[in-house]
Amino acid sequence: MNQLNNFTKGLLRENPILVLLLGTCPTLAVTSSAVNGLGMGLATTFVLFMSNVFISMVKGFVPDKVRIPAFIVVIASFVTVVDLLMQAYTPGLSSQLGIFIPLIVVNCIVLGRAEAFAAKNNVFSSFIDGMGMGLGFTLALVIMGSIREMLGAGAIFGFKFIPETADGALIFILAPGAFITLGFMIAILKKINKPS
Amino acid sequence: MGKRESSFKNMAMALFVITAVAGLVLAVVYSVTKEPILASQKAKINNAIKMVIPEFESVKDTTVWPKTGKDSVRIHALLKGAESAGYAIETYTDNGFSGRFTLMVGFFPDGSISNIEVLEHKETPGLGTKMALPAFKGQFKGLKISDLPGEELKIKNDGGTVDAITAATISSRGFCDAVNRAYSTFKKEKK
Repeated sequence: MNQLNNFTKGLLRENPILVLLLGTCPTLAVTSSAVNGLGMGLATTFVLFMSNVFISMVKGFVPDKVRIPAFIVVIASFVTVVDLLMQAYTPGLSSQLGIFIPLIVVNCIVLGRAEAFAAKNNVFSSFIDGMGMGLGFTLALVIMGSIREMLGAGAIFGFKFIPETADGALIFILAPGAFITLGFMIAILKKINKPS
Repeated sequence: MGKRESSFKNMAMALFVITAVAGLVLAVVYSVTKEPILASQKAKINNAIKMVIPEFESVKDTTVWPKTGKDSVRIHALLKGAESAGYAIETYTDNGFSGRFTLMVGFFPDGSISNIEVLEHKETPGLGTKMALPAFKGQFKGLKISDLPGEELKIKNDGGTVDAITAATISSRGFCDAVNRAYSTFKKEKK
């Protein structure tokens, strides 16, 4: 497969959130601001390409019947590494994202790519696939976080553009706003991806 | 590259190697990040103490059990020379809108509240989170709980004196609960 094609498919054509609809739980929960979306996206990207690379390296060594436990151990280890590093060096972000970093372990994007791609392709392709999928995930989270932050808090990346004491439409910060935003984003991407 | 046969030996071997490597990597990362994590947690507490009582020279920590509640409360007694500069008390409430939240409440030696900092919380963004803004927590500054009826803080809906946050009555009530808990331990500590 063409490597460029392999990379860009994660961004739009097979975007993990907006097309494959994987990992919607952390998506809905953490995108109340653009910064949270970015942090979550980058953490997941790191886990995604590291575990993709590692799994495609060991795929010949791991017998089929124990591949899922083996993959989960690999993924969980990388997630714990990210969690510890974030607690140590970005404590603010780590306390914002809270439980959702450890929960990357059960994010279906990561295991999904391990099963669907890394277990069948070589190391370099798996790396590119992990990067593309991770950045697609990050992109979708940042856009969603920005929309929700702008409408809900009147701010973007923490900078308020409406008066300090004013509030935005709070519904966009709360859970219903997450569903509404996600729905509109999926609809728009469907329109873009549609062959005309 | 062909798949290895799923024999017992191969499976046990593969899982053993992978978990051993994973364990080793985690041990290394844990030992590297242990110090910075402890340091950042400590820095957070120290910052909060400085926010509530800016001027002090040394700190004496004690942990006590409050009269009500399920957990202990930490008292940081602040000294300036031999004189007391006040107390910063790490308190909590379990009656937040989304469970527990923790506050750092500062008391001057005369019992008036110097300032309050929110440490950790899971309140609703845009509603309960307003408890961290001066518009709400500013009303506690300089307040002497001993002057209040029943020596406790209550929001106006409950017949007290505190202005609750609009649409976040439960968070406001929890906030008062946490401050009351801090005050009762402060009073016990002063005796």
